[in-house]
Amino acid sequence: MRYGTGAEVLRDLDFRLAKGGFYFLTGPSGAGKTSLLQLLYLARRPSRGRIQLFGQDLTDAPRDMLPDYRRRIGVVFQDFRLIRHLSAFDNVALPLRISGRSDAEIEGPVREMLAWVGLADRASARPPTLSGGEQQRVAIARAVISQPELLVADEPTGNVDAEMAARLLHLFTALNRLGTTIVVATHDISLIARTPGAQLIRLEKGSLADPTGNLRNPPVGAGQPK
Amino acid sequence: MSVSLLAGTEAERRLLPGGTLRGPTPYVIAIMTFAMMIVAAAGLALANAAGIVAGAVEHRYVLQLPDGSGGKLEAAVRAAQSVRGVTGVESVPEAELRRTLEKWLGPGGVAEELPVPALIHLELAPGTNAGQVGTSLGRAVPGARFIAEQATVGPLLGSLRALRWLAVALVLLMAAATSAAVVLAARGALDTHRSTIEIMHGIGATDEQVALLFQRKIALDAMVGALAGGVAAALALLVIGGGGLALASDLTGGPPLGAGDFVILALLPIAAVVLATLVARFAVLSALHKII
Repeated sequence: MRYGTGAEVLRDLDFRLAKGGFYFLTGPSGAGKTSLLQLLYLARRPSRGRIQLFGQDLTDAPRDMLPDYRRRIGVVFQDFRLIRHLSAFDNVALPLRISGRSDAEIEGPVREMLAWVGLADRASARPPTLSGGEQQRVAIARAVISQPELLVADEPTGNVDAEMAARLLHLFTALNRLGTTIVVATHDISLIARTPGAQLIRLEKGSLADPTGNLRNPPVGAGQPK
Repeated sequence: MSVSLLAGTEAERRLLPGGTLRGPTPYVIAIMTFAMMIVAAAGLALANAAGIVAGAVEHRYVLQLPDGSGGKLEAAVRAAQSVRGVTGVESVPEAELRRTLEKWLGPGGVAEELPVPALIHLELAPGTNAGQVGTSLGRAVPGARFIAEQATVGPLLGSLRALRWLAVALVLLMAAATSAAVVLAARGALDTHRSTIEIMHGIGATDEQVALLFQRKIALDAMVGALAGGVAAALALLVIGGGGLALASDLTGGPPLGAGDFVILALLPIAAVVLATLVARFAVLSALHKII
């Protein structure tokens, strides 16, 4: 994958994610972690090669097909990407509204999710009035509210304290137990250490550290294409 | 997320903040609607006037005698009455002709010694061959000229019809200018809300859902603008038209605007709203297609 006419930022990547797997994506800054995540959450198309998600080759999928697949993916962006003029409640509710849920169906789950991430009393606050950590928790709540089949998170604990990081990891683990495939890009070694059974995808200079495509700590069931 | 065109939920309205009248769109559409209605009213009035004048002179002719004295006028009237197809004959009194000339030439210009031609108005039955009538009258009244009134007023009718088409062209140009303004407004709104759109796309919103948000916002702006422009134009037409109505009726023998014309004028603001909404939708969808 390359941006415009620049050099390739990702190349010779060949790996599979098992359905229900938990993956940490690591590597030095500039290794291409965010670019790989963008391919995973269908924000970009590869300039060459192929990408399959949910059993479909989506490399050249028509753009009107992409929203249906994107709704099956939860994304925690590195820069949160909250809508500044919407309340925390509305930001978290957005995926449900986009998928057509009514206000009555939204109210309960969103309140519950905000409580889970410790923001029950900040539901009506707008992002500019929230701290970095609070914004990150809103972003995570928005990503997981619709119980996606694949959760992609870019440095999800970068702005929260150790206690909240542990709490969020617990949320990801709980989701993973429900069948959600999790891919977390992080530099936080402690997070990886606290997640037994998770696999490691290590990128270096745009390629897998292990060019065979074998991921470290492969869990039971790995190899089944997603 | 619902796909309602105008109503929208409160949550949808919150997605694109900034109420009506905050951008230039309602003002541009108000001005354009006002101008379109005034120009359209003028065009329709001209078209009606041309139609009335053309209809009035369609079967009317003039027999012009170089000299009507010495019983020549009366003889010509009798000859005209005897020609097949002529249903009405009316001579114009010399005094009336001189009064008309006096308006142009002044009191000194209509002295008794100034020769004045004699005129006879003729009305032909529909379907009558005017050429044959002219030939018959030429034989019966030597030296007389048989003139179709349509030919006399032809340049006037031509001008009226040209003005009518000019009005149509102006209305279309203003519609095009309105569309261009809406495209610019839609692009501006897209730029303003680009981050919101990217986030919505990222979590699975379709182009249709995003476009509807903008379409609804611009439709509301257009409705407010068209309503204001329409009301202003209606008031202007009442004030201006009220004074000119009687004069126009006198000149053409009929009202300048009919019921159908008022329906057309009333539809213009609605057309402006529909046009703005469709153009906004097209502009937004086109722009969204450039984003993955």
